[in-house]
Amino acid sequence: MALWLIPLLPLLGFLVNGLFGRRFPKALVNVFAVGSVALSFAWVVKTLLGLGSLETKYIEHYYTWIQSGMLNIGVDFAVDRLTAIMLMIVTGVGLLIHIYSVGYMEHEGGYYRFFAYLNLFMFFMLVLVLAQNYLLLFVGWEGVGLCSYLLIGFYLTEQFATNAGNKAFIVNRIGDFGFSLAVFLIVRQFGSLDFNKVFDAARGMPVEAGAGILTTITLLLLVGATGKSAQIPLYVWLPDAMAGPTPVSALIHAATMVTAGVYMTARSAALFTKAPITMDTVAVIGLATAFFAATIGLAQTDIKKVFAYSTVSQLGYMFLGVGVGAFSAGIWHLMTHAFFKALLFLGAGAVIHGLHGEQDLRQMGGLWKYMKITGATLFCASLAISGFPFTSGFFSKDAILVAAYARAPWMYWVGVLTAGMTAFYVFRAWFLAFTGEYRGHAHPHESPLVMTGPLMILALLSLGGGFINVPHILEGMFTEGVENQGLAWFSAAVGLLGIFLAWLFYVAKRGLADSFAKSVGGLYNLVLNKYFVDEVYEAAVVEPLVEGSRTVLWRGIDAGLIDGIVNGVGKRSRTAGAVLRLIQSGNIRSYAAWVVLGSIVVLVAIGFYGGLR
Amino acid sequence: MPANPLNSPVPLNWYLILSAILFALGVAGFIFRRNIITVFMSIELMLNAVNLSFIAFSYQFRQVDGHIYSFFVMVVAAAEAAVGLAIILTVFKNRATLMIDEVNSMKY
Repeated sequence: MALWLIPLLPLLGFLVNGLFGRRFPKALVNVFAVGSVALSFAWVVKTLLGLGSLETKYIEHYYTWIQSGMLNIGVDFAVDRLTAIMLMIVTGVGLLIHIYSVGYMEHEGGYYRFFAYLNLFMFFMLVLVLAQNYLLLFVGWEGVGLCSYLLIGFYLTEQFATNAGNKAFIVNRIGDFGFSLAVFLIVRQFGSLDFNKVFDAARGMPVEAGAGILTTITLLLLVGATGKSAQIPLYVWLPDAMAGPTPVSALIHAATMVTAGVYMTARSAALFTKAPITMDTVAVIGLATAFFAATIGLAQTDIKKVFAYSTVSQLGYMFLGVGVGAFSAGIWHLMTHAFFKALLFLGAGAVIHGLHGEQDLRQMGGLWKYMKITGATLFCASLAISGFPFTSGFFSKDAILVAAYARAPWMYWVGVLTAGMTAFYVFRAWFLAFTGEYRGHAHPHESPLVMTGPLMILALLSLGGGFINVPHILEGMFTEGVENQGLAWFSAAVGLLGIFLAWLFYVAKRGLADSFAKSVGGLYNLVLNKYFVDEVYEAAVVEPLVEGSRTVLWRGIDAGLIDGIVNGVGKRSRTAGAVLRLIQSGNIRSYAAWVVLGSIVVLVAIGFYGGLR
Repeated sequence: MPANPLNSPVPLNWYLILSAILFALGVAGFIFRRNIITVFMSIELMLNAVNLSFIAFSYQFRQVDGHIYSFFVMVVAAAEAAVGLAIILTVFKNRATLMIDEVNSMKY
């Protein structure tokens, strides 16, 4: 079925635009950038239709990449139902965001560069989801990290953007370190990296024998996942990643790349389910991330930061889902989240675009009058993320929460509380932006159709996406979650309560929010400053590292030891050469004398050692 | 039928001694003479001294190798003479001297 064509098309788009895009008119850049992704999407659809119901995995082997002893790593792509869902999300949402970017980036410099990076990202992301072994997955994994870095630092003349790019890259390195260790351990334990072989071997392992090694492997995989998917303790890069253009935030830092950790965990379900300790760790990390990120989101004033923390929080939900064993629910939420979070970011982008770059919620207000489509679509997304009944978020989030309840009721209650906060801060942002009087100084205007079109499609998906019953599709791969209607309705009610409170605070009684913030001043400050996590990391990790590098590694080892050796060798050579060069007198007869002397020495030496034989 | 070397009126040693004397003369001229052309001729003398011993051995051992070697040496010597004389001519044109000690600007 030529699976290789799926990632190859965006790669071609990248190559063409990256190499020649500078000289192209914008329309031509669009043709290659959007066209390649559109073709890729079409090919995905055609492939999936051709493959039918995918009862078993469909694998394509291209060539052997690494052959060393017993270890045999091939470049293999595979499609099963999980991959199919991911492919549809990545290419579908990716296509919409590419189209949207045509409008959003119209007035920006580096137009071709932006689309080249975006296409490169699509390539790596598709490699990641198509990979049939851990090494190939890692290639995609690293590649999307690279594109993330490039796109966060897209405004490369801005110091904060390049800093944010560095931060994302370095924090991800920590996670990738864990991931690579996990891969090494898998090679050592199973002698293969192929998913089928590893998982079959893991399934066959007796619990006692496998617990130790599998727990270690999965915990290390989890370290990688926390880096890529922005979970505690490595989530700090994601809010800063908002320095990139908004479509990037939507595509990479909301809909696709950050969900790679969840995908990887679900893909490795066979390993994770054999390691109960890791499962609990995943669930607790997810829950804690969901909760704390939601509290931070309550007080942010930058519209993109609100949604960034919301992303962290929702990713936490997905981890909670996979952590309690409801892998399909986690993937379901991954899908619905891709819809409504992409929409939230694109909507925010439309707002920012309409306000000529203003991101501060305090400088907005009353925008409903000016941008009805953006407002309406954002409203749909807000409903979906709040878990309003029968929107997409309602189904997926409640699937996770119900599964959490079955695992441990307290997890459910924390999750419900988080759902309430989610509804509150998302609607807080909506009310602040769209109701009341306009508080800024720009001239708001609605975005062109090329931007609002994708918004409307995503709005439909956000509202109706929940009816795509992912757990049912994935039935064969993962055990289906439990159902509990009562709990589902309760959490939906908490979401409604959150919406109501947001309305009360920011529409009905405007002063209430400020006076409430004052009455809990300390707590408010703590949340406003994101629990000072960045500052703590700065003091505890970054500063010692920088200082240590500067004094020990730079001044001590590099400038002292290595330069000392190299310069010392050079200096000794010069001293010796200063003496030896005197032989080179220019006097021919002295050379002649040296030649004769040398011959005599050689002859004497030969005679001394018994002559030539 | 070539003469038996054992019955030869001139023994091998004499050739070798002559060769050594010629070579020593060449070395002495090479080191002590100050005219470039004389030095050059001394080099030729050394080459031919060596040729002489090659030929002597070749005759002694009834093998053609020595002849071939001496032809090689002669070819090299001819080539060397061509290049060397050209250099000497140019040096003389530029400096109006053939004193070897005065041609010493190529140094550290």
